[in-house]
This record gives sequence, C-alpha cells and structure tokens, in this order.
Amino acid sequence: MAQESGTSRVKRGMAEILKGGVIMDVVNVEQAKIAEDAGAVAVMALERVPADIRAQGGVARMSDPDMIAAIQAAVSIPVMAKARIGHFVEAQILQSLGVDYIDESEVLTPTDYTNHINKWDFTVPFVCGATNLGEALRRINEGAAMIRSKGEAGTGDVSNAMTHMRQIGGEIRRLTSMREDELYVAAKEMQAPYDLVKEVAANGKLPVVLFTAGGIATPADAALMMQMGADGVFIGSGIFKSGDPKSRASACVKATTFYNDPKIVGDASRGLGEAMVGINVADLPAPHRLSERGW
Amino acid sequence: MRVGVLALQGDFREHLNALTQCGVQGVEVRTPAELEKVDALIIPGGESTTIVSLAKTFEVFEPIKRRIASGMPTYGSCAGMIMLADHIVAAKDGQETFGGIDITVRRNAFGRQVDSFEAEVLAPEISASPICAIFIRAPWVEKVGQDVQVLASIEGSDGQSHVVAVRQGHLLATAFHPEITDDYSVHRYFLEKVCR
Repeated sequence: MAQESGTSRVKRGMAEILKGGVIMDVVNVEQAKIAEDAGAVAVMALERVPADIRAQGGVARMSDPDMIAAIQAAVSIPVMAKARIGHFVEAQILQSLGVDYIDESEVLTPTDYTNHINKWDFTVPFVCGATNLGEALRRINEGAAMIRSKGEAGTGDVSNAMTHMRQIGGEIRRLTSMREDELYVAAKEMQAPYDLVKEVAANGKLPVVLFTAGGIATPADAALMMQMGADGVFIGSGIFKSGDPKSRASACVKATTFYNDPKIVGDASRGLGEAMVGINVADLPAPHRLSERGW
Repeated sequence: MRVGVLALQGDFREHLNALTQCGVQGVEVRTPAELEKVDALIIPGGESTTIVSLAKTFEVFEPIKRRIASGMPTYGSCAGMIMLADHIVAAKDGQETFGGIDITVRRNAFGRQVDSFEAEVLAPEISASPICAIFIRAPWVEKVGQDVQVLASIEGSDGQSHVVAVRQGHLLATAFHPEITDDYSVHRYFLEKVCR
C-alpha cells in the first residue's frame, strides 16, 4: 500500500495529538528531562530562553545542531526547534536533524522583512506566531500546520497573550456572523486568502490547532489561556527562570488539563516559590516588542 | 452503553466526534468518579508519558488498570496502544502502562515526525474497504502473545511487515489515528463488535 509522508493531514495531525498539553522551552539536556518528567508533551530546544535573549541583546539565531541532537537523544517526547523568520536554510538544517516541529519564530532575529518561509516545501511541520486572524491565515496559506498566538515572549506578562487570543477569537466569531457576500471584503481587509476566510467562517475555528505563547508564567496563566480557547500552551522563560522549575513545570501541566477546575488550579499554584520576575510589556520600548515581528 | 474518552491530554475531542458520527454520545473522563459512570473507554492519541503522569497524579491510573483487567471494553489509538500493551520498548525509563493486551510495543517505531505518514490499511475484520490511517511518530507491535488477534499489518521503511492493529477479547488497539480522518470504521467496529 502507498505511504505518503509530509501531507497536511500528517503535519496538522501531529499538532492534534499535542492538544491539552504544555510545550516547554529548554536550553540543555537536564532541563529537557525535567520537562519530560513533569509531563510536557514536547520541548522546544533553544540556546537562550526569550528572557535571556531580551536581556543580552544581539542577534538570536537557530541553535547549535549538537545541542539539539543531545536533547533529541535524551528524551522520548517530540523535540521542536526555532528557525528565524524567512531563514529557509536554518529550516532545512532543522529538518535534516529530524526535529519534530519547526517554530518560525519572532523570538529570533528576523532574516527576511518581507517574506516568511515557504513551508509547503518541507516534510517537517511548522508552527508560526500570530497576533490576529489575518496573520494566522497568511501563515497557514504559506503552509503552517499549527498556530500560536504570539503574546510577548520573555516578559512573564500575559497581557499580550490575552490580547492576541481575544483578537483571533473575536475575528473568528465575527466571520461566522457574516453573510457570504460580506466575506470577500472581510478577506480583503484582513489581508488573508478568501478560501481560508470562507473555511473559518463555515467552521467557526482555524483549520489548524491554536496554541498560546508569550508571557505565561503561572498555572493560572495557563488555565486562563485554555479557558480563552487555546488548544494548549507554550511556556518559554516562565519555567526555567522561576525559583523551582520542577514544581512549576508539573503545576502548569496539571492546570492545563484541569483548566476548568479552580480547586485543582489553586492547589497546583501552592508553594511554587518565586515566579519569573518579569517585565511589564507597557514598559518595553516599541522596537523591543517581539510580537511586532512578522508580516 | 456509556462510552468515555480519557481526556487528560491528546486528541480526545476527535474521538468524541467520531463517536457522535457513529450515533453514540461519548463523555470525557478525567477522574475516578467519571470513570465509574462509563461502560467502555477510549484512550486517545497524545503523549503517553504525559498521560501516565497525569493519570497517576490524579489517581485515575490504578482504577483504569483495574477496570481494564476486569473486562471493560477499551480502545486505544497510538499513545492508547502503548498504554494497553503489557510490555513496551524504547520507552522513557520506568514508563508504566495500563496493560491488558499481551503484546510488546515499540514507541516511535516508525521514526520521528519527518517519517510520519498516511496510508491505506487493509483490515478485513474491521472493514471490507481499506482504512484511511494516519501514523504520527507511531508505535508498532513487536511481539504478539498467543491470545492476541492481529487485525492489520503494514510494511515499514525497513522493508519488514509490522503489526499495527490488534485485538484481545474486549481490548482493541491501533498504532494509527482513525480519529483525525473521516473514516469511522474502527470506531464502528469497536462499538458494534468489541463492546458486545
């Protein structure tokens, strides 16, 4: 029987099985094992978590293949890695390493200020960030098999994640209430392909899985995003920049599953030590806001 | 009959949808109390390590294991197949399963996500026409006990034939995900044949 890899169903299906889970940023083997033990559904292997990229500045690039390979060897769960926006050679390298998902990420320094990677060219699936529905649909049109709302990475401030989830959710709800003849203008206004706009209007949801990222630091933040309609959460700096990463990681996993049970989320929030210190997004000068990268 | 879907993590909504398409209203199961209310269970695709960890933390692991051992019809897809296997290889150190089916399953046997694929699988016992099957970092069955019925096999990239669907009495397992396709034949087989 014929077998076909890299189809949309196979790429999008991979994201389906991650649903209800937490994907954690890790910078070494030790952290990857802590994440796996805590019940993470996948890890994102990168050299510096967003909070450090922010603090240290400079150009942020794809991680060292040795570091990614070491993490792949250490854990049995999927390993994701980040490529710069538009840097299709970094993506080719990551695919050749056998990473399970590529994040074309605004957290790294962009390479191309006009185009994103043509993700249809790859067998490996891609996740991309979005701040609104038009941006999400443009990424899906380029071949993204999973979307994450961007939030503001490396801040520990969940306000932008909230803004982006409300924005995406609100725009979807608005589309479902439109007459068919109004969808053409809606597509024009949100700069998204008409066919995808029509599909979202008919189904009331994105055609791919939607996770949340950027600023999630506590179990309550994770549960909040799930109640806002996220299919799962990415936690970057929030875990390994906190006082007790092991406990916080497992607490966030519990809160993501039982997001509708305040008692369990409350219990999970006890005795976690210090959360990451954080930065208010409002205090960040506009050029330092990562969520504005991507076009 | 009330059919539950283990809803700790994974694509449980797709299984619930497949049940609806078969005319059965499924319910989500996360706690021992919810487990008690169902007569049959589906263990969805997801990350088996995450599902075990949550099942243990919320004390539903042992109750499920007992129900499976005492005859509750159960179907597992992908991670669910791993969870129903008596033995697993290439697993996380010390990874436990509910067990019940006398098989040895190799985790991520078909490879990483770049090796994931879709195929048509022949399983005459389940369906007269080929089943549309999605394999995602899928396991395969390496050893089969004598009471286990092999329902389907496919060829791996190693050129060997590998078992990807099995049944042992009230337990059914597939290495692939029928729930993310619109082919409901495996769910129909589970409801009409295995749950009887």
